[in-house]
Amino acid sequence: MKAFTYARPTTIAEAAKLGSERPNARFIAGGTNLLDLMKLQVETPAHVIDVNRLPLNDVTATEEGGLRIGALVRNADLAADMRIRKNYGVLSRALLAGASGQLRNKATTAGNLLQRTRCSYFYDTSKPCNKREPGTGCAAIGGFTRIHAILGASDSCIATNPSDMAVAMRALDAVVETANPDGSERRIPIADFHRLPGDTPQIETVLRPGELVTAVTLPKPLPGIHLYRKVRDRASYAFAVISVAAVIDAAPDGKVRSARLAFGGLAHKPWRVEGAERALVADGVDAAADAVLAGARGQGTNDFKIPLTRRTLRAVMAEAVRA
Amino acid sequence: MDMSQPIGRTPLDETTDGLLGRPIDRVEGRLKVMGAAPYAYETRELKDPAYGTLVEATIAKGRIVTLDVTAARAMPGVLHVMTHENVPPQGPKKEQVGPVLTGPEIVHHGQPIAFVVAETFEQARAAAALVKAEYAVEKGAYDLRAAKPDAVEPKPMQTPPDSALGDFEGAFAAAPVKLDVEYTTPVQTHAMMEPHATIGSWEGDHVTLFTSNQMLNRGQVSLASVLNLPPGNVRLVSRYIGGGFGGKLQPQADAIFAALASKAIGRPVKVALTRQQEFHVTTRRSDTIQRLRLGADAEGRLSAIGHESWSDTTPGDGFFETSANATRSLYAAPNRMTKHRLATLNLPVSSSMRAPGEAVGMLALECAMDELAEQLKLDPIALRIRNEPEQDPEKQVPFSTRQLVPCMREGARLFGWDKRQPAGTARDGQWRVGMGMSAAARLNPLMASSAAIRLETDGSVTVRMAMTDIGTGTYTILTQIAGEMLGLPVEKVRIELGDTRFPKAAGSGGSFGAGSTGSALYVACDALRQKIARAADLTLDGIHFADGRVISGNRSEALADVARGGVIEAEGEIEPGDMTKKFSQYSYGAHFAEVGVDADTGEVRLRRMLGVFTGGRILNAKTARSQAIGGMTFGVGAALMEEVTIDQRYGHFVNHDLAEYHVPVHADIPAIEAVFLPELDDKANPLKSKGLGELGICGAGAALANAVYNATGLRLRHYPLTLDKLLAGFAAQEGTAQRRS
Repeated sequence: MKAFTYARPTTIAEAAKLGSERPNARFIAGGTNLLDLMKLQVETPAHVIDVNRLPLNDVTATEEGGLRIGALVRNADLAADMRIRKNYGVLSRALLAGASGQLRNKATTAGNLLQRTRCSYFYDTSKPCNKREPGTGCAAIGGFTRIHAILGASDSCIATNPSDMAVAMRALDAVVETANPDGSERRIPIADFHRLPGDTPQIETVLRPGELVTAVTLPKPLPGIHLYRKVRDRASYAFAVISVAAVIDAAPDGKVRSARLAFGGLAHKPWRVEGAERALVADGVDAAADAVLAGARGQGTNDFKIPLTRRTLRAVMAEAVRA
Repeated sequence: MDMSQPIGRTPLDETTDGLLGRPIDRVEGRLKVMGAAPYAYETRELKDPAYGTLVEATIAKGRIVTLDVTAARAMPGVLHVMTHENVPPQGPKKEQVGPVLTGPEIVHHGQPIAFVVAETFEQARAAAALVKAEYAVEKGAYDLRAAKPDAVEPKPMQTPPDSALGDFEGAFAAAPVKLDVEYTTPVQTHAMMEPHATIGSWEGDHVTLFTSNQMLNRGQVSLASVLNLPPGNVRLVSRYIGGGFGGKLQPQADAIFAALASKAIGRPVKVALTRQQEFHVTTRRSDTIQRLRLGADAEGRLSAIGHESWSDTTPGDGFFETSANATRSLYAAPNRMTKHRLATLNLPVSSSMRAPGEAVGMLALECAMDELAEQLKLDPIALRIRNEPEQDPEKQVPFSTRQLVPCMREGARLFGWDKRQPAGTARDGQWRVGMGMSAAARLNPLMASSAAIRLETDGSVTVRMAMTDIGTGTYTILTQIAGEMLGLPVEKVRIELGDTRFPKAAGSGGSFGAGSTGSALYVACDALRQKIARAADLTLDGIHFADGRVISGNRSEALADVARGGVIEAEGEIEPGDMTKKFSQYSYGAHFAEVGVDADTGEVRLRRMLGVFTGGRILNAKTARSQAIGGMTFGVGAALMEEVTIDQRYGHFVNHDLAEYHVPVHADIPAIEAVFLPELDDKANPLKSKGLGELGICGAGAALANAVYNATGLRLRHYPLTLDKLLAGFAAQEGTAQRRS
């Protein structure tokens, strides 16, 4: 680990100011990802700003009938929150599908949104990686790509976003709220929050230097059944091979009235194709799968993700209609 | 005492106290859960240690052209940087333990190229990251399949590489029913909880290493060779060990570096490998390619069994995976052939991992038997019973005990085997459900071992030996043996292990630990009983020990009173005799598994699992069960998820951490049970016990693979059985179904 300075601000303004003043600074909350990356020198921040003392621990109702989730709300607490369980089942299920009980006790809402990819080559500092060291190349392309992208990838990077929580939030059209060093605030739709790799895979979100995630708001609840189906290589404590977050409102006769679908494990960001949802309502599940997988390209050792996504979507729809 | 005669009736058969066999808790359990059991890295007996960190090669084959340690040396707190340019002279390789930093040549990824010592762990690690190597990279070989044609006949290890009986080729060609299949298993890693760690220190030309090692006396000899010392000048201490599974059978680079560096700086040096380093710097289980050929008549009687196995190791090493071990004795057939070939790859050294040979060999053999049963439309148990040999079919000597058939029958009854459905037909919601079984067998060796015991003046006893407890329960079963022999409760028995200053012991490995060291202790206890009787002036006839007293006829005396005049000491030694030559000795069992295969995603999940085993006398029902279900869990991992992935471009292990190298977690093991059938093996050792540490993994994964077949009708022969392989099979099945309709 390299030497770094450490600060523990108590106000949002102070945190954002520290974050913008100091080059190569990182905010730390639960530390479940950043500490590992620092030990491996994948991340080498010069300044670590501990935001755990900020007043961002609550889940509160919004005027629009939704919920505002403080950035520091722990994943375990959020998953267990009765309002989330009752009205946003897809989010609770996604959270509980992630990591392990111990990690969920530490990991926070904002930290989960900002976790880095699990690409093995990103983690291995002896291998080239455009995300870790821009311009060095991508060792994953042509390598072992089981956990890599089939959609939205580039010649620079084929990494995936590993979050389960963010996939559910994408289905729910959550909004990320931030505070800026100049005192201004931003509301960023989650669709715009994460970026595709393009030729700057090191830039993963639209956050600016010092910009601090303060909350995630959920719009008012969606009708229908909430499902999160995570396909994985062991029953717990494994990142998704692929995952599907679905909110499906079906009539008693099984006809789908409305649908939200978002996918994990496919791309550099939670993957949602609104056209697929319309196709689902109009033409059924295979049309939806076609729309989601338009342009999908396997990397060799992850080609199976293409049929797997289609099959999993079918299974999710069968379950939704059964319920 | 040597085992050249069967054992008659012993005090352990009297079970005066009934202590032996009872499921008592681990005697050191409280210390462990309180964090008060010092593992190697936590030892505080060597004061003021400096901290060392290994630097690994980032290429898999080639040469170091320049190695720049200037920046590392200049870092705060750095005391020493060792490279091939300044490493002190070392002695020759002994067994698989060899000198480090021998030159600029790199033969595998992760090979240590430098060792950085600093005042603190953080300083050492930060400085290590600044060691800059430039390499001349050469093309390496990392693919067993590609290297297979060049594989050679290796030198014999404990077993010869080849065996033959009768005319295998002729009999196989003539057999009316034939199976000729290839199975593969991937590289696996031990993934024990405690990483390799050592604290080293010198006094004159004597070195002491607090380390994490399974076989101290063997490690002492091999380290002495590398360090150019007489073995007596090397002291190894391993009091508590957080798992080994064969990965700590031999000292690894941490021990050698700690020794060299502490000598260089004149101060203790401690080092622990990182989890990532565990994958490349220590040993692994080789991947294998295995060809199984079975020839049978229409009733399923085997006429020919052939098992060939290819594995690989690092340049200059001769370790081969003895995959066909179990095949040599498990089933009757007059014509037999086994063959092992070894390829050289630029990968880390291969060595023993839990049940070397059987663990991967039975993944192939026991599925091949299932395939043959399917072909013959026979129940897999019936096929095995039909081929039950009357004596060891290759060695042609009697079995000491063999209860494979009772294990299979009892397992079938307990598991509800009769409810198994035809392949590909059972369904439970989204799950395609299947049952599978396999046999389990593991060689039961006996190793030379010795023990010292002392009756203290307070009537308690102290036992000492250079044995280790790698988490198996050795402290506990030794306590029970001494307590049973001397009529003492647990709290009156003190077991001291893990120090080469104590009498030489077999160590933990090859399922021989409990039997060998327990037997040495038995002999020592027997000698102590006689000394106590003499001291108490009692005749040995009809003597027994109970409640802290020695009793003969109507006389009895408290042991504390007997020892009032001074401690009484005794020693015991066990040597293997020709019982292992005159009899074929194995532990046996049968595995039963029920799996669900997700019909949509191909995910395979274990639903329940049962193992029925025999292992002679069970020394502690609780620790024995833990060994059995632990081994079975290993088997679940081997069947479903464990695989070190090799990047063929770089020659490195891609998934070198526990996030991506998957071993089963609790959620993968929903219901698992192990049952032991009563048995005493009087040819095995004076305890009449047999090895259990590896039996549980033998065949376990095959039971799951056979269950996957039963669930889906898909026979997958390349482990692990991950969902992508199932999906490919589903696609083929659905394509076929579509063409039919």
